[in-house]
Amino acid sequence: MPGLIGKKLGMTNYYTADGRMLPVTVIEAGPCTVVQIKTADKDGYTALQLGYGSKKNVNKPESGHLKKVNLESASVLKEFRNFDISGFSQGDKVTVELFKAGDKVKVSSKSKGRGFQGVVKRHGFSGVGGTSHGQHDRERAPGSIGSSSYPSRVFKGMKMAGRMGYDNFTVRNLQVVNVIPEKNIVLVKGAVPGAANSIVEINI
Amino acid sequence: MDKLNSLELVQKNEEIVSFKPGDRVKVYVRVIEGDKERIQPYEGDVISIRGNGTNATFTVRKISSGVGVERVFPFYSPKIQKVELVREGKVRRAKLFYLRSLSGKAARIKDKNLR
Repeated sequence: MPGLIGKKLGMTNYYTADGRMLPVTVIEAGPCTVVQIKTADKDGYTALQLGYGSKKNVNKPESGHLKKVNLESASVLKEFRNFDISGFSQGDKVTVELFKAGDKVKVSSKSKGRGFQGVVKRHGFSGVGGTSHGQHDRERAPGSIGSSSYPSRVFKGMKMAGRMGYDNFTVRNLQVVNVIPEKNIVLVKGAVPGAANSIVEINI
Repeated sequence: MDKLNSLELVQKNEEIVSFKPGDRVKVYVRVIEGDKERIQPYEGDVISIRGNGTNATFTVRKISSGVGVERVFPFYSPKIQKVELVREGKVRRAKLFYLRSLSGKAARIKDKNLR
């Protein structure tokens, strides 16, 4: 899928020409360098490997890999399959001009980490009971987690409290509202997973 | 956030004068009818200013043929052509929602420049 790597800058308002206000997420995407082109002959599938951003410490294998396209470092390297690779050669830049206003895109990112959360927040449980009839401390409790002597164990994958967030998350069918190529900006209607400054992947 | 602000996705409308709650303003609203556009003035008292940045709005209340009407305008809306200050009011609070339960003479706002 053709796509681009970028950084979420945050959310703001955007006014359309007819005066409607839209909630938009501002994403600074690209320019990404085509680091490697995977072909069906050599690799068994076609894909473009794109590099985005920069980082301080680059190990030797990575720096050797990036040297071929005159890049010092890349904070993210990602493969995009089903890109029409015919128009690209190694070292090319892919910019936000890939997108145009009105496109529907998929945006993937790591969601915000929530830490250790109970079942009410994590799995949408309703809690057990009220506060009357002698009950207490049961409002956010998980309830029963299984039967008794059979099966004498708790099934795997039982929904319980635990670490929440910082998972890969994709929002589909987001509309591209505007593209500003001079500033490498894509405006997408609606919310996108992750905190500000987190790395996001936009796919057409 | 600084980077977001530096993009200047929305332009500040210089034709909007500064006003306060209690002031009477005249808002020139762009109205699109079919494919024609015209300007419709809307005059009333500012009863609330809320929000900040591109999110800020103001509420204008007027009595239109005996019925109270309130309209909320975003400061950055392109639908506002300009805002004129008609009269400065003297009020003691930032939100004048109490005017909703008053009518007639009681619902007047004192003129700031009146002695």
